Amino acid sequence: MALNCRHVWKQISDYIDGTVSPELREEIELHLANCRHCSAVLDSTRNILVLVADDRTFNLPVGFSERLHERLEEAMRE
Amino acid sequence: MAKPLQKAASTGSTKPVDPTRERDAQIIARVLGGERELFHELIRPYEKGVYLAAYSLLQNEADAEEVAQEAVLKAYRNLANFRGDAKFSTWLITIALNEARGRLRHARVIEFDSIDEPVEEGSDVTPAVISDWREVPHEALERKEVRELLARAVESLPETYREVFVLRDVEEMNIAETAAALGINEQLVKTRLMRARLMMQKILAPQLKSRRTGFLGFFSRKAGGSWL
Repeated sequence: MALNCRHVWKQISDYIDGTVSPELREEIELHLANCRHCSAVLDSTRNILVLVADDRTFNLPVGFSERLHERLEEAMRE
Repeated sequence: MAKPLQKAASTGSTKPVDPTRERDAQIIARVLGGERELFHELIRPYEKGVYLAAYSLLQNEADAEEVAQEAVLKAYRNLANFRGDAKFSTWLITIALNEARGRLRHARVIEFDSIDEPVEEGSDVTPAVISDWREVPHEALERKEVRELLARAVESLPETYREVFVLRDVEEMNIAETAAALGINEQLVKTRLMRARLMMQKILAPQLKSRRTGFLGFFSRKAGGSWL
């Protein structure tokens, strides 16, 4: 049975992680080749994951590291 | 590139050598042997991960920093109890998550919906259905506006999805490490991750698309404007 869009959405996360079976991968790719909406969902999801994993996206508070190591140093002296 | 292999003496099987794990094991042995100062170097690569794990639950910079400090001190004081079954980073992050949960419990601000979670299977989460997507390049992150959009989207996720998403997709832990850090099974990690990723797409895709015209000037200068 051919996959519909809803089936594909539920598998997109595992598809991105490469953890779907070869058979399912083939079915998903067949669907993606014919469905611009699901292709756009896949592309946008992948793109968002790349952006959130970038080191620039989430920053430590200024001075975090210095304060952490100072506190650690104090604990080591106890 | 293939990972180097080492022979496991007891079984004769081969397993990949994890250079990070080896490095950590060597430093831990030296810290426990009396070179306490080396603990500073041991935790340095994981500072951000510990902070983000705490922040994923607490959503408050000051609280997350305090919890991150407490977690590091606890790890230092209990280093002899680290068995090496998991990576040191996973152990450290587990401590941070537990500390953060303890603080939430103490403040009585745990949301009941994070415990009485809706059925995990048969997700109702649907993505934003769009007809095309033009890639948002890394250079977009130089804009505070884009970073804030991403941060707000993560913050808006329900707690159980947010913690999985942060560990897996922000800190880039693998499924097994994420499951170990959260004390849940791998299938549950995958299910929550699927829902979290679709939620993120649903929140962000329309916003990032609608801001394309706003990015035009920026990318015309930075990247030739070719993504529009």
